[in-house]
Amino acid sequence: MPEGIWNKCPECRNTSTKEEIVENMWLCSKCDHHFRIDSPEYFKILYDDNKFELLFEDIVSKDQLKFEDLKPYKDRLVAAKKKSGFNDAISVGVGKVNGKKLVTACMNFAFIGGSMGSVVGEKIARGIDYAIKHKLPFMIISKSGGARMMESAFSLMQMAKTSAKLTLLAKAKLPFISFLTDPTTGGVTASYAMLGDVNIAEPKALIGFAGPRIIKDTVKKDLPEGFQRSEFLLEHGFLDFIVDRKELKEKISDLMGYFRK
Amino acid sequence: MHFLEFEKSIETLYEELEKVKTSQSKTEVDMSSTIEKMELKIAEERKKIYANLSDWQKVQLSRHPNRPYTNHYIEMIFDKFQEMHGDRNVKDDKAIIGGFAQLEDQTYMIIGHQKGVNTKLRKYRNFGMANPEGYRKALRLMKLAEKFNKPVISFIDTPGAYPGLEAEERGQGEAIARNIYEMMNLKVPVMCIIIGEGASGGALGIGIGDRVVMLENTWYSVISPESCSSILWRSWDYKEQAAEQLKLTPKHMHKFGLIDQIIKEPDGGAHSNPKQMAKTVKRYIKKVTEELCAIKPQDRINQRIEKFSQMGFYNEDAKA
Ligand SMILES: [Zn+2]
Repeated sequence: MPEGIWNKCPECRNTSTKEEIVENMWLCSKCDHHFRIDSPEYFKILYDDNKFELLFEDIVSKDQLKFEDLKPYKDRLVAAKKKSGFNDAISVGVGKVNGKKLVTACMNFAFIGGSMGSVVGEKIARGIDYAIKHKLPFMIISKSGGARMMESAFSLMQMAKTSAKLTLLAKAKLPFISFLTDPTTGGVTASYAMLGDVNIAEPKALIGFAGPRIIKDTVKKDLPEGFQRSEFLLEHGFLDFIVDRKELKEKISDLMGYFRK
Repeated sequence: MHFLEFEKSIETLYEELEKVKTSQSKTEVDMSSTIEKMELKIAEERKKIYANLSDWQKVQLSRHPNRPYTNHYIEMIFDKFQEMHGDRNVKDDKAIIGGFAQLEDQTYMIIGHQKGVNTKLRKYRNFGMANPEGYRKALRLMKLAEKFNKPVISFIDTPGAYPGLEAEERGQGEAIARNIYEMMNLKVPVMCIIIGEGASGGALGIGIGDRVVMLENTWYSVISPESCSSILWRSWDYKEQAAEQLKLTPKHMHKFGLIDQIIKEPDGGAHSNPKQMAKTVKRYIKKVTEELCAIKPQDRINQRIEKFSQMGFYNEDAKA
């Protein structure tokens, strides 16, 4: 999300004030560039009158492995919390979208790049349990660089855990909407983000399994224009449709309507 | 024979042994007692080295070029095998193989990553790095197994899913995600055996089972130590530290409850005695088949889902 008073659009270099951008749903007024936003903004866009309940906020990361690279993971967690204001890389909310109740797990990129660790997995798992218990549709808004390396195999296993839980949601015949935003890569793409009853994405979002740099190093040639962007995935059959942020609420509301018995 | 850098002392002893053997055959002087002593020394040296391997050395062992691969286990364990090709959509991926296998009166469906044994074959097998077609072939075969009620055995040995242009075009992420999801609910018993490298989503894509086990000198992690070093340390030089930090060895994985069992390798590793290794794996497969077949399919699925749902660590304290 833009931070200073004046913000330059990375796409078209148009300058606007923070208020103007917020007013415009965090879009560039000139070129419709979607600025990166996290759960408070998405919840505000989605939920009626910005009213929702945050769930499972007391679940926080723990440095079980005592992981240390250039910095101890423990310190990274403290710094990330302080810097982002989030408890972890995901927030789960329940509220009404045009009067219809929806559980949304929304990733927070500002918290260690939206990386998926045990807390992300557990909060999704509990969000699904909650949706099943209250017979509600479930949505995940993905925005993540992938698995959190500092939790090693535990983070890898969150792909399995969340997928296991999604099979239970499916058995309960409750819809799962997967909404992919910029960026969605790695283990998140290779698990819940691609498993929606509908997969939808914001325009021009980077979506892929391997990151573009790794692919470039592997195949040793330049990547084509638009590679791994939403429009590319739509063209190759992995998205149902692309949705502009301004239409998000109506589209989600419509989908919930289509899914209703 | 191929020696790893930490096996240098063994290599030297081997060379000496070879010299003695050559001179024996030339001079026709009986040196059998010397040879015997030297062989004993080599065995002792090997045992000593292998008892104190670092995590990084275990990673190196998991990649030993003489280590048995999926096809070797198939040949050594089963009475018959019929390889089955293709995902019925795009092509036949050479990095994942599969097919029906017979062991006495039990039929299995085998799937597994396949690496090549020489330069030409390594390339042909894409170094065990599968494309989406590989995962989709594996899923097709697992569904076939489900239809005819045959247990599935998955051999895992991959440095990762292939990060290529076409792989992305054809949905590498979706293919892996779909497999994980579908394997959770397979009605037949599934056992996954990590026989070499267990790298990230590429491994997990055929890694959901009622039993997930690792051979002693293998690793399982969200990322390879090299890539982890390059990302978190911003240099390729910290792979040893990364290996330690990632806690990727079978011992750690078992302690964390992320795998069900460790399968012991012969002294000197699987490559030093593939036959014995295969025998151990065969015994394990027979034992677990019996255990898993005794459980009702729905209970097996529930237990599988429950097992993976429990994985993770976190604190749950109010407003921490
Ligand atoms: Zn703009």
